[in-house]
Amino acid sequence: MLKIGVKDLAKYPFLTEAGEYLRNTGLSLEQLGHPDWQPIVEKAYGRIVVASSGQIYGSDLESLDNDSELLSFIVAIILLKSAGMTTLIRRFSLAESRRAERYLQQDLWVSRDKKNLELPLKIIQDLFAVNVSIDNEDFVIKVPDYLHRAIHFHEKEWKLVNRRVTNGLVYLSAHETVRLIRAELGEYINSRIQSVNVDSIPSSFRQRVDDLVSLAKKFSDTTYVSSEYPPCVKHGIEVLEKGENLPHSGRFLLATYLLSKGQTVDQIAPLFKNAPDYNERTTKYQLDHISGSSGGGTKYQCPSCEKLRSESLCFAIPDCDGIINPVQFGKKRKNP
Amino acid sequence: MNEKNALLIESAFKEYYFNRFDLIHVPQKATQREFGYQKFNSGMTRHLVVKNDKELHLMLMKEVPSDVYCSNAYYSFPNLPMSEKDWKGADLIFDIDAKDLALPCRKDHTIFKCSSCGISATEFQSQCTKCGSGKFETASVACKNCMLESKKEVTKLVDILTTDLNVQKEQIETYFSGNEGFHVRVTNTDYEPLGSQERADLVDYIMFNGAIPESFGIKRQDNSKSLLPTFDEKGWRGRVARKLFSSKSKVPKVTREIIASGYSAFQVQLEEIKKTMGVRVDPKVTMDIHRIFRLEGSINSKSGLVKLQCGDLDSFDPFLEACLLGNDDVQIMADCPLQIRLKNKKFGPYKNEIVSLPKYAAVYMLCKGLGNAI
Repeated sequence: MLKIGVKDLAKYPFLTEAGEYLRNTGLSLEQLGHPDWQPIVEKAYGRIVVASSGQIYGSDLESLDNDSELLSFIVAIILLKSAGMTTLIRRFSLAESRRAERYLQQDLWVSRDKKNLELPLKIIQDLFAVNVSIDNEDFVIKVPDYLHRAIHFHEKEWKLVNRRVTNGLVYLSAHETVRLIRAELGEYINSRIQSVNVDSIPSSFRQRVDDLVSLAKKFSDTTYVSSEYPPCVKHGIEVLEKGENLPHSGRFLLATYLLSKGQTVDQIAPLFKNAPDYNERTTKYQLDHISGSSGGGTKYQCPSCEKLRSESLCFAIPDCDGIINPVQFGKKRKNP
Repeated sequence: MNEKNALLIESAFKEYYFNRFDLIHVPQKATQREFGYQKFNSGMTRHLVVKNDKELHLMLMKEVPSDVYCSNAYYSFPNLPMSEKDWKGADLIFDIDAKDLALPCRKDHTIFKCSSCGISATEFQSQCTKCGSGKFETASVACKNCMLESKKEVTKLVDILTTDLNVQKEQIETYFSGNEGFHVRVTNTDYEPLGSQERADLVDYIMFNGAIPESFGIKRQDNSKSLLPTFDEKGWRGRVARKLFSSKSKVPKVTREIIASGYSAFQVQLEEIKKTMGVRVDPKVTMDIHRIFRLEGSINSKSGLVKLQCGDLDSFDPFLEACLLGNDDVQIMADCPLQIRLKNKKFGPYKNEIVSLPKYAAVYMLCKGLGNAI
């Protein structure tokens, strides 16, 4: 059986094994309320603050106490659940998934030579039911497993035709393998947090819970939504407005739609500032790329209604009848 | 279609369905599939469940449909409306049609029939020479070359399915479509759950659509020969290498040329490769996961020929083997300006004349709109 050490759990604190490890230490929530443990509460709070600013919380796993790394994740969840601010939970899940992604990629990369891939491959297999195996330098997955995930990427390099495919298998680098499961990793961590129930908390946690409630309010800026927008675009704007994570495909829809309506990159960029992983430079770069003013010069078109339906981003209303692309909304309506 | 024509065709179809139960079977997992049919001069009836061969035969005898269809998808409740069917998966299907292959022979066997006065011509014209109308219907008749070229596409498809996508030969069924092409069905459980978008990307792979130079080692700058595909590589990289270099001895010279010509020139080369090596299937058919697809063993009302599984594709002659209607002579008014060949016999050309033809040839002309029952 695979042995998962505390250092591994500090990297991947969302694994079920992390809960078992803590149970074995015999530590209770009441005990965590003791002033001796206050540094862990502070560390947990800091972890959330870093995540909410769109940064990835970094751990020095070599020198730091791995127990406190793991504990700070658990306490962070308790604080978040007590504060009950969905915005913060979303931001935290996203940042933690980026953090785990980084470790997963490192583990795949480093282990490739040492052939000690059991843990990263087990995580991918157990969490996402994707069987990844090794062929020389590469990671390989079955074509259908690849297609299920790759269709959500818009870059041409992710098209199957631009991949090495043999005997029903797709060849990927460590980075690409992890990139492929990124969205699922975020969803998984979010669902793990959502499933946690917190009845009462030690009084020493109270102050930081109140601080989180105030922090969340910072992210509730409202954006003007034109009634002329189709429901899919409205939905995207609303998700961002709540500070929740809009998947890449949803952001792509917003950008291409608004560009097609004549808005400029500078006008569109602020819309994304509520996104949990907002980074001004990255946003600007990506918008420039989509608009065709940088990169290959390709101006990306707004995805079709069919594509949006397949990505669960379509929220059609009767006014959508007869259109096949959101840009037609409002122009092409059925005769009364 | 006029009533007399429909009656004649219907009786020929009924005779076939009655005599050839041995050729007409429900596909595997029949109870999970949706069936549908069309009758002459009538709309489509779908969302039907046909549990077994016996029920299918009964339906054919009772309804005598012009066309019969069955879903490639499996559902929990195939007879409920689409939104309630509960889609569970679908066979991968491919449609290869000679009319989509842009073959030069098409102009030699396409007939233009004026929609207004009905006069036929073998050359395209913008206006009818008799009545001046600008509207024409086209009919394409049996052509050996079209079948040969369509078979080449099937062979290319089977090669990609087996070598790149790990589909076993036994999981591939090839059918003559009953008109001018072939249908290929793949029953491989790995691919069954794929949704429409996934199938769209898969079909792009098969057609070699959307390939970028970077995937074949050519960047916008700083190109090195080490990244170019090699002769022995598998998948599209190997295919592209073999096409570009043509022989191993030419590799150094062609490599220098490719690197010297740069990114855009390579992009053009990839486009050329797509035209010759990409499989020309109808992407809409493969992407559609709720389609009802022509049932094997049934007659195609566009021709009166049967959709039939091909044993040996190379030797399969659809105009002999899939021409299964009766041989009794019937009289029709034929207006077929080209000669056609069915069951190794030649018919026509006929210029609006009453002729006595075997039923299979008479029905073929009626289905193509090149004659009328009298």
